[in-house]
Amino acid sequence: MANPGPLRSPQREPIPIDTRAADHLRYIRETMESAAEFTAVPGWGGVGMGVTALVAAIIASRQTNPRIWLAIWLVEAFVAVAIAAPTAATKAHRANSALFSGPGRKFVLSFAPPIVVGGLLTFALYHAGILGALPGVWLLLYGTAIVTGGAFSVRVVPVMGLCLMLLGTAALFAPANWGDAFMAGGFGIVQIGFGWWIARHYGG
Amino acid sequence: MSRPSTAHQVRPQRSREASLEAVRNPARETVPADLDRLIHERIRLGIVSALAVNRSLTFNELKALLKTTDGNLSVHARKLEEADYIVCTKSFDGRLPKTQYRLAAAGRRALERYLNHMEALIRATREG
Repeated sequence: MANPGPLRSPQREPIPIDTRAADHLRYIRETMESAAEFTAVPGWGGVGMGVTALVAAIIASRQTNPRIWLAIWLVEAFVAVAIAAPTAATKAHRANSALFSGPGRKFVLSFAPPIVVGGLLTFALYHAGILGALPGVWLLLYGTAIVTGGAFSVRVVPVMGLCLMLLGTAALFAPANWGDAFMAGGFGIVQIGFGWWIARHYGG
Repeated sequence: MSRPSTAHQVRPQRSREASLEAVRNPARETVPADLDRLIHERIRLGIVSALAVNRSLTFNELKALLKTTDGNLSVHARKLEEADYIVCTKSFDGRLPKTQYRLAAAGRRALERYLNHMEALIRATREG
């Protein structure tokens, strides 16, 4: 009869306790980060920005002087920031989280580069006298910023960015005098629609 | 109103081995009293963690966040509610019923205790 060899009891591999505890802590952190994403983007702020963009588009479409036209849209950009910053801060505060920590910080860091590029391209295109390209460039880069920033947020945010990018692409190849209409659609209607949706479903 | 809950009593002098065993195998019934068994369960820990960073979340938001079913979330949320860890508010959004949850002070304290406990276990294991 063959020797079966030494008997071994079927024991489980020991589980490192610190690994298990670290796994629990990681789960808590990941859940908190995912939960905070629900409140990262201000919905009502988006609606407000959309309304002011519609007003800007109506005023800008009546201008014949390109410098005044550009000034109107630059003022609108500052107004949009003035609406977005406090509404985002209020929403983050309501959610007991700081705006520049966790998902909020990731959103801002991902959002900023395309916006900076947009500013530089605005300066360059204005000096080159190619103002007709600005609506497409602005919509594309703002859409890109929303997509990259929204990669850490709920799915509806990057979808909004994609809509803006599609409009921007269309604006680049459309007649230049359609620019204000594209921006009214993108910065106005798209932001109002998605802002309302975010506000209704993701806490304001 | 807060009511006494034996689930989150702190007994600092309990044996280290029992604590370690609870973390080693959370599914076992021998989870000690001071390792809060109410939030030691995965879904309940998720609910409390999610509510810790939000003033309130709806039932559907929690369900999507924790990737669980209606029944599962409902059962676990009720246990937390019974322990006064979370507060549930039912209302109507138009014609649709809406259930909202928020973290109560006892729940926030329980999560803090749990976090401290996990960190202490990691320290104890790595130092020992």
